[in-house]
Amino acid sequence: MTDEPLLRVSALSKFYGSRVGCDNVSFDLWPGEVLAVVGESGSGKTTLLNCLSTRMLPSSGTASYRMRDGQFRELYRMSEAERRFLMRTDWGFVHQNPADGLRMTVSAGANVGERLMAVGDRHYGKIRATAVDWLSRVEIEQDRIDDEPRAFSGGMRQRLQIARNLVTGPRLVFMDEPTGGLDVSVQARLLDLLRGLVTDLGLAAIVVTHDLAVARLLSQRMMVMKDGRVVESGLTDRVLDDPRAPYTQLLVSSILQV
Amino acid sequence: MTDIATYNFAYLDEQTKRMIRRAILKGIAIPGYQVPFASREMPMPYGWGTGGVQVTASIIGPDDVLKVIDQGADDTTNAVSIRAFFKKVANVAVTTDTASATIIQTRHRIPEHPLTAGQVLVYQVPIPEPLRFLEPRETETRKMHALEEYGLMHVKLYEDIAKHGRIATTYAYPVKVEGRYVMDPSPTPKFDNPKMHRSPALQLFGAGREKRIYAVPPFTDVVSLDFEDHPFEVQTFDQPCALCAAENVYLDEVILDDHGGHMFVCSDTDHCEKRREEGHRGHLAPEIHLASEKMEPAQ
Repeated sequence: MTDEPLLRVSALSKFYGSRVGCDNVSFDLWPGEVLAVVGESGSGKTTLLNCLSTRMLPSSGTASYRMRDGQFRELYRMSEAERRFLMRTDWGFVHQNPADGLRMTVSAGANVGERLMAVGDRHYGKIRATAVDWLSRVEIEQDRIDDEPRAFSGGMRQRLQIARNLVTGPRLVFMDEPTGGLDVSVQARLLDLLRGLVTDLGLAAIVVTHDLAVARLLSQRMMVMKDGRVVESGLTDRVLDDPRAPYTQLLVSSILQV
Repeated sequence: MTDIATYNFAYLDEQTKRMIRRAILKGIAIPGYQVPFASREMPMPYGWGTGGVQVTASIIGPDDVLKVIDQGADDTTNAVSIRAFFKKVANVAVTTDTASATIIQTRHRIPEHPLTAGQVLVYQVPIPEPLRFLEPRETETRKMHALEEYGLMHVKLYEDIAKHGRIATTYAYPVKVEGRYVMDPSPTPKFDNPKMHRSPALQLFGAGREKRIYAVPPFTDVVSLDFEDHPFEVQTFDQPCALCAAENVYLDEVILDDHGGHMFVCSDTDHCEKRREEGHRGHLAPEIHLASEKMEPAQ
């Protein structure tokens, strides 16, 4: 099975009128692989992520995803119902701001259980047991299950968002700056957790980040974007230790040393 | 009623009635689907039944007999005013007797007396969208209905059980119509939900402020949503009606004094009066026999 990629992206472009969002991006993503997309703000990282996750339609190009039955389906030719079904079962999307990915006015347990109910789970006891299990996996105390995420700290919210996304056992997770806005110690724990989950569950992930340290910790492969184009891509260690493109060299040398 | 000529029959102009009838027909064709319609200004404030009145005005004919209830009662302001309104603008016969009415406009109750084929129940609906408080974007909720994405509805029920140990929603309890659309049955108590299931009467729902009409045709499946381990249950009362001793009916609590005195009485006043005429007596029933309001003749 793993001799075929999970996602094939070919010549993907998105233009906002005459402005470039992302231009001619192609890559393959393999099962269990974490791909980091790095670059400064405005470089088209988020546009690319939104197009890949079908939250936005590209101007041109194709992306095909290998469904659970092994067949490749072209994402932009699927019906909206199929795309939305994919998004809440086989995919996850972790937003930078947890408030965008959570329902802030329902309890943590219901946030985790929503996807289960969406795919037809109708047994309260089982839904709750699964929610308890997932909260413990993302290190949230069990007695917080009936609290609303409004009462949670930033780090807890982000962990809850991750649990909510992973509960249906997705194969591909999109993350948009998952550690943005968190202080360094919380960031470190979250990265540790994410790394553990990704390895345990064999998840494939596309992580958009401007933080090269996050990319180094999480990803095996990375793409560096500038002005909507991919300027360099390769194994994360290679790109960070031996950057070839002038822009990547600039980026790597701009990391603040403590 | 000499000034009848100053109104078109049943107040609305014929074009408006045709537009509303088209929406009603579409609603009947797609049970539970909210059909947008061009709701008109009515001579009453929003929230007082403008939607129900427009539906009634569009379907009523000179031979119809109209009953209007508000929370089950025929004698409250809203019910009396709407009955008087149609008496004036349509010159139709009105009644409080459930069995002899052909159209029953209701706010928040379904009569206790079983409805029969040929009767039409018109609901006044404040908020037609069952997903409103879960998903505020109307563009999104319409999409969710279109794609049959109803997981969110169960999130609400989950929250109830998590907070209260049981499904605490007691009115506007969401139902699934004919296995397809999730529908808000208007704020009727969930006690009335089973009455909607395969009812021989046509049920029409009008939301004036929200400009939506939806319908449940006769003999349509209406199933209340629930969990396997927390099945749907209706309210039960541990005492019968204090006036007519009826059991298995929906009761209202009436405060009698400032010292905690209270009684539970039928919310359906017609049902209660009928039973008392038949000689049923509750423990707080007055000794004098109540003369119930008879059918008012057309003028």
